[in-house]
Amino acid sequence: MSDIVSMVSYEHPRSPLLEVVDLTVHHGQLCAVDQVSLSVKAGEVLAVIGANGAGKSTLLRTIAGLHRPTSGSISFEGDDISKLATHRRVRRGISLVPEGRRLFASLTVEENIKVGAQSAGPGPFNLKAMYELFAWMPERRNQKVGQLSGGEQQAVAIARALVANPKVLLIDEVSLGLAPIVIERIYEFIPRIVAQGVGVLLVEQDVTQALAVATRVHCLLEGKTSLVGVPTELSPAAIEAAYFGSDMAHGAVDGPTT
Amino acid sequence: MIWVNTVIEGVLVGSFYALFACGLSLMFGVMKIINLAHGDMAVVAGYTAIFLVPKFHVAPVWSFVVVVPLFALVGYIVQRTLLQKAIDRDPFTTLLVTFGLSVIIENLLLEIYTANGQSIDIGILISKSWQVSSTLTISYFSLVVLAVAVAVLLSLQLFLSHTGTGRQIRAVSDDREAAQLCGTNYRHIFGIASAIAFATVALAGIAYGISTEFFPSSGGGNLLFAFEAVVIGGIGSLWGTLIGGVLLGVSQQLGAHFSPAYQVLGGNIFFLAVLAVRPQGLFGKRTEM
Repeated sequence: MSDIVSMVSYEHPRSPLLEVVDLTVHHGQLCAVDQVSLSVKAGEVLAVIGANGAGKSTLLRTIAGLHRPTSGSISFEGDDISKLATHRRVRRGISLVPEGRRLFASLTVEENIKVGAQSAGPGPFNLKAMYELFAWMPERRNQKVGQLSGGEQQAVAIARALVANPKVLLIDEVSLGLAPIVIERIYEFIPRIVAQGVGVLLVEQDVTQALAVATRVHCLLEGKTSLVGVPTELSPAAIEAAYFGSDMAHGAVDGPTT
Repeated sequence: MIWVNTVIEGVLVGSFYALFACGLSLMFGVMKIINLAHGDMAVVAGYTAIFLVPKFHVAPVWSFVVVVPLFALVGYIVQRTLLQKAIDRDPFTTLLVTFGLSVIIENLLLEIYTANGQSIDIGILISKSWQVSSTLTISYFSLVVLAVAVAVLLSLQLFLSHTGTGRQIRAVSDDREAAQLCGTNYRHIFGIASAIAFATVALAGIAYGISTEFFPSSGGGNLLFAFEAVVIGGIGSLWGTLIGGVLLGVSQQLGAHFSPAYQVLGGNIFFLAVLAVRPQGLFGKRTEM
């Protein structure tokens, strides 16, 4: 384990909260996630990176209970949860901030967050804590979410997931469609969430952001694990190879966003 | 004066349509189910009031006290079992299932209670009326229906806006999957929405059975008017449904004013006009996002 881990998770138990073993998920004929194993401990950030279609979102959605795995197991605090319905996993302590934010369009900012708080477990995050975390929110709480900017909507989506007081927070493509400056501001909040002992599993195409915030990084290539490691110990070349395939033979044109 | 009469009559009939239609609107708004058996549910409520309620020694006028909670329960169960199974497949299955339900209900009623007309007898109460002027009298019962319709829609609106469950219903209606990710059991929420829809249609069925004679086949015609009220008002808007029902009622009465044969025609023409000019309905939003 690296120094970063010991810095942020100084007083949390070492046994993983979330453990995924040999997870395989199919979309029809297509094998989207192939024999992936990973674990998330309290107070650490695991970043799953990979190109479009590498299976990152499918992995998160399966952990959240939105897809059924073909094989493999998902356990949480030692219990197998792979048969549990999505809403029960939320109550156990796994919340997902979905790709594309998916806010309730006809509800106000405050109502969106309250829906998330309705099945909350005990913990430090509530509506008031969110209004302190995101200082702009209180005065705009009665606006419909459609009136907010993309970055503000993303903040509401994070708040809505946080108020359930998850032990593991899954974040899917938080930077999608946002300006770099806005992405930076959103990422500033992640260490503050982790400091409360929450384990974070985030999926990201923006490798720079992911590496900056991650305790460990897990790279997927066409559904398979291509690289696992600690950001400071990985060379850009190794990451690039894992991201696109070692020989660049898969037709990739752009480099990773590093 | 004759115009005032026509409009008042239209408003009274229309408020019944709104009461009848709000459950249809709710089920479509939340579950995206077009319940083709909605009208038949109302008819079943009427039969229940006539044949089951007397067994509990409840006066017909109070039959709703038994029938409405019973229907709420039935609504929850039907949703969690039959309709949920259909939703889990695809929208077309849902349509077929509710159509099948409608056929089964109609024929069962025909088989058990014959095609004879029935009505819920509340005795002298039905004939009491308010003499507004020499040419205008309004029956108390239709005023009661108006009041009930407004009260039901108002409390439904308040429930949806200000309670936790109401908020969850709106959230599920916006994005079912995101609601699950917030810890909401959408199947339970669907059950609650369905319970409300069945309870309101039971109330409408009893009101219908008190005001007129009904038959096993009465569901279909009423379903058509309910659809028209929902579409005129705009799908998903409860106030829209009330206004839609009232406007439908008024346009029917205006049609009837020219010739009794034009009553339904008047309503249909207005319905088609709204559909042509404002397809999303008067209070509906254009679909975005």
